[in-house]
Amino acid sequence: MKEKDENIKQYTVVVFTEDKVGLLNRITIVFTRRHLNIDSLTTSESEIKGIFRYTIVTKTTPEMMKKAADQIEKLTEVLRAFYYEAQDVVSQELALYKISTANILTPMEGLIRDFNLRILDIEKEFIIVEKTGSRKEVLKLFEQLKPYGILQFACTGQVAVTKPMKELENYLQELNKAAEMSNKIRSWKLKN
Amino acid sequence: MNRKYTLLIYTENHVGLLNRISIIFTRHKVNIESLNTSPSMEEGVHSFVITINTSLAQAEHLRKAIEKQVEVLKAFLYEEKQVIPMEVALFKISTEGLKSGNSLEKLIRESSARIITVEPEFLVIEKTGTQNDIQDFLAQLSDFDVREFIQSGRVIVTRPMGKLKDYLLDLERQEEK
Amino acid sequence: MEKVLGADAVLLSLIEEGQDTVFGYPGGTVIPLYDSLYGKRDKIHHILARHEQAAVHEAQAYAQVTGKPGVCIVTSGPGATNAITGIANANMDSVPLIVITGQVGSAFLGTDAFQETDVFGLSMPIAKWSAQITKAEDIAETMAKAFYIAVSGRPGVVVLEITKNALTSTTDFVYKKAPVIRSYVPYPEIPGEVIDKAAEMINAAEKPLILIGHGVLIARAEKAVKEFVEKSGIPFGTTLMGLSALPSDHPLNVGMLGMHGSYASNMLTNQADLIIAIGMRFSDRVTGKTSGYGTKAKILHIEIDKSEIGKIISADLSVHGDLKSALSYLTPRIEKKTYNRWRKEFDKFYQMELEQVIKKDTHSDLPLIQMGEAVDIVSRKTSGDAVVVTDVGQNQMVAARYYKFKHPNTFLTSGGLGTMGFGLPAAVGAAVAQKFMPETNKMKNFPVVLFTGDGGFQMNEQELGTIIQEKVPVKMVILNNSVLGMVRQWQNMFNGKRYSETDLINPDFVCLAKAYGIKAERVELREDLEPAIQQMLSFDGPYLLEIMVDKDMKVMPFIAPGSTVDEMKLVSND
Repeated sequence: MKEKDENIKQYTVVVFTEDKVGLLNRITIVFTRRHLNIDSLTTSESEIKGIFRYTIVTKTTPEMMKKAADQIEKLTEVLRAFYYEAQDVVSQELALYKISTANILTPMEGLIRDFNLRILDIEKEFIIVEKTGSRKEVLKLFEQLKPYGILQFACTGQVAVTKPMKELENYLQELNKAAEMSNKIRSWKLKN
Repeated sequence: MNRKYTLLIYTENHVGLLNRISIIFTRHKVNIESLNTSPSMEEGVHSFVITINTSLAQAEHLRKAIEKQVEVLKAFLYEEKQVIPMEVALFKISTEGLKSGNSLEKLIRESSARIITVEPEFLVIEKTGTQNDIQDFLAQLSDFDVREFIQSGRVIVTRPMGKLKDYLLDLERQEEK
Repeated sequence: MEKVLGADAVLLSLIEEGQDTVFGYPGGTVIPLYDSLYGKRDKIHHILARHEQAAVHEAQAYAQVTGKPGVCIVTSGPGATNAITGIANANMDSVPLIVITGQVGSAFLGTDAFQETDVFGLSMPIAKWSAQITKAEDIAETMAKAFYIAVSGRPGVVVLEITKNALTSTTDFVYKKAPVIRSYVPYPEIPGEVIDKAAEMINAAEKPLILIGHGVLIARAEKAVKEFVEKSGIPFGTTLMGLSALPSDHPLNVGMLGMHGSYASNMLTNQADLIIAIGMRFSDRVTGKTSGYGTKAKILHIEIDKSEIGKIISADLSVHGDLKSALSYLTPRIEKKTYNRWRKEFDKFYQMELEQVIKKDTHSDLPLIQMGEAVDIVSRKTSGDAVVVTDVGQNQMVAARYYKFKHPNTFLTSGGLGTMGFGLPAAVGAAVAQKFMPETNKMKNFPVVLFTGDGGFQMNEQELGTIIQEKVPVKMVILNNSVLGMVRQWQNMFNGKRYSETDLINPDFVCLAKAYGIKAERVELREDLEPAIQQMLSFDGPYLLEIMVDKDMKVMPFIAPGSTVDEMKLVSND
């Protein structure tokens, strides 16, 4: 589906789920079916034990984003699905760079200080540095390190916390209330 | 014997590949402990880092099954000692309960964590390290009002030498033949 | 507590859920299940289909007629892959089914063992929910969850893949119906202010139109909708799947919506100032070109599936929740009205369609029999007291257009997926449902009449075997034009009459039926048609009536692909 470029925005989709085998699949199918590319995806346990959190970065139109989020939320084990535009999240990525020591002729000190780098490991043939920051900063450093010879590069997808102060626990309480109500409607239906 | 293994997978950036890869794990009843997908250092090449807990034979079988996928360029399997793993976590902490003393500041300093933003209602702390480091830090934060917590999947660089580019060249050469 | 086998746990779960009928086909990995079934024959009837796809269609029709979920058992590997079409079909039309498939022992998973296929992975995008069970102790809990999920909210298909070792090991059996699933809220609460706003919208409208979809039948909300419609005085149209929710001859019924629907309801969709969509999803077969749909109307969408709201046509107001409860709040808040001027506009279009299409279809003076004539005679002879089942294509559209429905859930067809081959097994499933119905159910003695084409019939004709084994009196009407009629119609209209691969060389259907010991007759002449149909309907037992019909008949009116609803063509140009 071709959408006009100006409508396309980057979204961070945050999905809270129960632990269920195959759910990653069902979630990604929602993107695949609409031909939306997943720029990055991370999944880990949330602040509440047993509840998992997916953070997915994608680019699409507001309309398509809403539809996809609705489809995700429809999945049985999905508690809630939210999406945010860039300004509504605090996000960070982590990148690792493995650099050959052979070309370190000029000191790297300036680079280390300017980019707030951390050295993780130094071996005879290579050093490993760590950088956290935005995608832009990560890529900028990549360019700067290129002359030294980058042997390996790895980067997490975007992880993000949201700016609105509502918390997962609130959502769970809402869901519990909704479930109670749903049960009432169900019993009413069974009787009538 | 079950051990922790990391799979590093380089792929074409293809819609639906995440599906094809994750379904391989589902089918073999191996749980994905952490999954991270992001662009790699080569333009147009995507990378997946997946950690699993399983036997070596099973892990190697999975690696082969993944490498068989049309859009997968190369899949590597590493044991723990072969990789340098790192994760990043963000913690959103409410500023409300922060009046008493400055123990948070001390904790941050001692754990080499970092405050990345402060807003009227909350602040966000970043912590990098292994999964254990991050879990320890989370435990230490228990006295504070953590409102949101997010952890990236693991990313790795390997201890052995070797470049993605070399593998890509290898692949091209094989194709020419 | 006494331990039971996993296989027993499956069947005990079915009994707990009040299921007395299952459809299926045995095979290697489900032998333990069938062994357990042998001991419980007095409690559970098993209907042995002749193909797994047919078994699933049969279970679907059973579910639609009884209002209970359908249950189907198939083996792993080919059993499961054969079932896939049936699963996708039922799920697209929101019919609750539990499909239980076998699987190789859990030790063999992922080894490409004999008859191993990834059913869980395969079914994911086409089922409401899927699960793999590898331990006997998980069976009861998962079965309870499966039934709850299949039936509640917007119903659908649940696929359970059970490994052989789970069926053959023992477990305690404790069954708890409708377990709480925190992440699953099937019936959301409808805020009072939304109902107020909806009532306001309805009361302010001058040319409102109600669209009734399959959701009304699924929610068993026919009575609630009838009250709503009659109090509001608003004319209504139904989607293909919504047919039979209200009687065809209801004074406010302005006909079927969509591609081959009625001229009036489609032409006036774009004159309405308010469209009230009840339990329908604005399928592309209903809307035509979406940018030209309901151009003057505000949209009020009442729907249980949130992801359907705004998916295709954006709603000005949506009521997200169960139809029955939504309407029970809404009806008291709307004003009693009549829209006489507005309704007259529909009459004008109806008269045009009656003269130029309907009369010609049902009382033709062309040399060859038209499909519409057969449907019209069956409709008159049964006066709505029948379960009508169709296949897919021209036979389906003609039956939908000319059969006059009187009772809810008396029309079974494949809407969303459009599965040729659905008809015969669905008719079998409906007849099986009747067989085990209490005498108090008025549908018990309705004839089940199948309208099918010669093409679709051959896609699952092996089910003649199930008919004789189950002794179900299905009345099969093959409208035989020796072509794939609907595709041929499109080739005629859009491909310059290049009839590519739509001619069929057919067997002798009468002989085929007779090979199964089923009574059959062929009709070629118009004067024989009515007596032949009469004989079929009065015959006590299954009956196949092959009617030779005109292959050049076109189903009209027609909203051509890419056209808007009000660009509907009444008659074909040639």
